[in-house]
Amino acid sequence: MDRMPAWADAILVPLISLLLAALLSALVILAIGENPVEAFRLMVDGALMRSTGWGYTLYYATNFIFTGLAVSVAFHARLFNIGGEGQATLGGLGVALVCLYLPWPHWTLALLGASLGAALFGALWALIPAWLQAKRGSHIVITTIMFNFIAAAFLNYLLVNLMKPAGQMDPATEIFPAATHLPTFQDMFATEASPLFRGAPGNVTFFLALLACVAVWLLIWRTRLGYEIRALGHSESAARYAGISPVRIIVITMLISGALAGLMGVNTAMGEAERLVLNATEGAGFIGIAVALMGRNHPFGVFLAAILFGFLYQGGAELALWTSIPRELIVVIQALVILFTGALDNMVRMPLERVFAARRRRARRTPAE
Amino acid sequence: MDFATLLQVLDSTVRLATPLLLACLAGLFSERSGIFDIGLEGKMLVAAFFSAAIAAATGSVWLGLLAGIAASLVLSGIHGLASITFRGNQLISGVAINFLAAGLSVLIAQDWFGQGGRTPSLVGGGRWDNITLPLAETLSGVPVIGPIYAELISGHSILVYVAFLMVPLTWWILFRTRFGLRLRAVGEAPEAVDTAGVSVVGLRYAAVGICGLLCGLAGSYLATGLQAGFVKDMTAGRGYIALAALIFAKWRPWHALGACLLFGLLQAVALRYQNIDLGGLTIPVQVMDALPYILTVVILAGFVGKAIPPRAGGEPYVKER
Repeated sequence: MDRMPAWADAILVPLISLLLAALLSALVILAIGENPVEAFRLMVDGALMRSTGWGYTLYYATNFIFTGLAVSVAFHARLFNIGGEGQATLGGLGVALVCLYLPWPHWTLALLGASLGAALFGALWALIPAWLQAKRGSHIVITTIMFNFIAAAFLNYLLVNLMKPAGQMDPATEIFPAATHLPTFQDMFATEASPLFRGAPGNVTFFLALLACVAVWLLIWRTRLGYEIRALGHSESAARYAGISPVRIIVITMLISGALAGLMGVNTAMGEAERLVLNATEGAGFIGIAVALMGRNHPFGVFLAAILFGFLYQGGAELALWTSIPRELIVVIQALVILFTGALDNMVRMPLERVFAARRRRARRTPAE
Repeated sequence: MDFATLLQVLDSTVRLATPLLLACLAGLFSERSGIFDIGLEGKMLVAAFFSAAIAAATGSVWLGLLAGIAASLVLSGIHGLASITFRGNQLISGVAINFLAAGLSVLIAQDWFGQGGRTPSLVGGGRWDNITLPLAETLSGVPVIGPIYAELISGHSILVYVAFLMVPLTWWILFRTRFGLRLRAVGEAPEAVDTAGVSVVGLRYAAVGICGLLCGLAGSYLATGLQAGFVKDMTAGRGYIALAALIFAKWRPWHALGACLLFGLLQAVALRYQNIDLGGLTIPVQVMDALPYILTVVILAGFVGKAIPPRAGGEPYVKER
């Protein structure tokens, strides 16, 4: 049934889908009376031409790497984890608890502790949907959606009623202690002579995200567990026949997925805000879906797609600043990417398969003559 | 709580349950035919925007309603194209539609009205009038029954009555007509329907179309009935609550009515009372917000009666060769 070469499947199909999404986005920009070329130039200028822009782009990309990896790990077991948003919310809570209520001598140790807290809370939030899917057959998409809303209400309650310092109006915790503040790119790379990344929120968590990419690659393609996850994703009956317990794999996969989504909290709560605020995830859990789809569930693809979406986010903010195009343009682009790379995948794939099949038939006929 | 307050809460329950009920029945048609639809939220949102925008521009709420339905049907068409024709993942398509709606509604609102992603407030003919049922005035003096009739049953906009009438109508279509039988069959065993010589694709498109129509009504009521105009993200998760109600009702019309009224009541109570004091034990408002979702998870878990979705739900149908 393999009608297409691997390179076409991995690169050509997503590229064409991306082009279609870009084309439609350009039409949308035209329709609201702005110049798409000019808009693109502004986005590139604001997101990529200055180190501060990169600082923002990489900050957003860090979030999307975590949520994208979370979705793609679940996809490998053919589970659709739409609950990255809730898991990241709980991850942020884990970070806040670790940073606020434990004494930390240095940020390196705090980062380690906060990462553990974030991963643990994110994983726990995925545990109930995972268990319900594995044991009771409750559809994981619906349960994780429900858990997103429950997480939002839960955090709202905690922040408003318990964690907000007395006398403060906005629902947020107090600022984390100074010892837990993570070094930003500015702290790391700026010198007296060249003030790089000034004021940008990009921070050391980005490197944690890169590590997570490598770890996920190792897990999926170089370990026994990863093999079992992929086997279950390809065929549950075959996996069961091979002695793989679907219940065990579903629960473990979702725990890993939830932990990855939870790690996003390190970047938003500890790296950027330095306190826990309401709605810190800002939809990044959902962007993870687009990132995973575009990255073809491969950590390197997820990395590239996350950078692209980081660029779109930062570029979109610049657009909103300088033109009359609101930030919601990015939501539209994100929707188009999900639509074309995810739902309408066959629309791109079917004609391409026909083209490749025709070429192969011609190639086969030629030597026979 | 005195009688007048109780009536007010129930009245507000009816209003808040209406969009949920319309969206829930929309999902019922779609999912009974085997097409999962988590894009109810998005369809309601575009319908809300376009009905408010056109009503604001023309001053006619009826034209607004038509525009809302049309917009919702366009998204239904995309969902049908992705999940029926191109056999894509229905869940991913639904997610995409929700984002498309969230983005486009604000983008177009900003372009047309320049008020930060909202429409102007609707006045006069731009909103649905409340209908006073016959004898509501004369009967209001009668104790107990009078106020119930005058306050609770009378005095809603036409879409509220349409929504409640849709419940028996949906039941009748699904369980008493040939179309309904086929529609249910295509959600359980599409290969059987196909063998009988009935078009699976046609039936599923019809179901998705009905879903779009009802979501259009729901969104339109939200922007031109419940509230006066469109604001950014005004559906506020109602599409997902409707989805929860659908599962809660186990894909049955009359139960959907019950579930939507229950969830509407929760919303009405959360709206009226911030925190509920039960003699020492305080229930925070966030619990009321989260309750529909928690109840749905409990139902899904199968501890209180098992919710079994249509068997072919979510699976694209591929004809055997």
